[in-house]
Amino acid sequence: MAQIRKKEKREAPALSTSSLPDIIFMPLFFFMAVTTMKEVTYKVKVTPPSATELQKLENKSLVRYVYIGEPMQQFRQQVGSATRIQLNDQFADIAEIESYVTLERGSMKEEDQALMTVSIKADKETRMGIITDVKQALRRAYALKIIYQAGARKEF
Amino acid sequence: MARKKRKVSEINASSMADISFLLLIFFLVTTSMNVSTGLSRRLPPPLPPEQKPQDIDINKRNIFVVKINSENRILVQNEELNIRDLKEKAKEFIENKDNDPSLPVKFKINVPLIGEVDITKEHVISVQNDVDTEYQAYIDVQNELVRAYNELREELSKSKFGKSFDELNEDEQKAVQTVYPQKISEAEPKNYGGVK
Repeated sequence: MAQIRKKEKREAPALSTSSLPDIIFMPLFFFMAVTTMKEVTYKVKVTPPSATELQKLENKSLVRYVYIGEPMQQFRQQVGSATRIQLNDQFADIAEIESYVTLERGSMKEEDQALMTVSIKADKETRMGIITDVKQALRRAYALKIIYQAGARKEF
Repeated sequence: MARKKRKVSEINASSMADISFLLLIFFLVTTSMNVSTGLSRRLPPPLPPEQKPQDIDINKRNIFVVKINSENRILVQNEELNIRDLKEKAKEFIENKDNDPSLPVKFKINVPLIGEVDITKEHVISVQNDVDTEYQAYIDVQNELVRAYNELREELSKSKFGKSFDELNEDEQKAVQTVYPQKISEAEPKNYGGVK
């Protein structure tokens, strides 16, 4: 006795959207937690040394960075594996530091120029020779406020 | 048997917004951009080009020489020292508690808020390194020297003001800094002989 069912239009229950905010907020929080502002694209590998008596770097707009380290793997073909200096997004020579500092200082407001700080971000295995050269170049450029960037650590 | 269509009971989502905002605000307050930290220094101004670097005539007892060689070993006042002992040695030098004639000369000075004290205002700590010194070793030495200063300042502010240095107001901090001025010299680079 087959009952013929009338084809009635069955309605799917309305999709509940009440969990949407959760879903949206979840990735939002995830990205909030993991993002860090990036200064430049690193071309040299820098693992900063560690220290305990650290000072915070204030007023980032007054800071210019000099990166010192060994080139990343993908640049080894072109520039070799010897320790190099990076200014902004490019490899540079010691001789270019002076003009870089002068140029950067020129682009600052006049009252800020005296407050310019150069942050030396060097790999912890760098030899001091190149760092001394950089320091001498900074002195010649009258960029006398420097900061050796370092990470935090507990006692030895 | 016809089944009754069951209704999905709806969840009350009106409190969702509150919960989300609570979390949002929590993260807003607690997140900090990763601040970069480091040791700040002031370089001496450049020498005029015609002038040869020369050792300024400093009374020998006023100078504390720390040399780091290419094997990252440390020579302090011509004797080898472990980096762990550097801080104590530096503190002893800066403070010169017993007015030892081999340690820096003390001067009587009237410091506002603290009064008359003897300070070794002409002392200089000179850090000299080899071309092949590792950067980490150099930073370690700098760090220990800064630590020596910080501990001395901390001790002074504890004994004079009964507070930690960070809690002092600006004038008091300045007074403490006058008593222990940080004088770490970034020496002219020299090449020390050393077989590579």
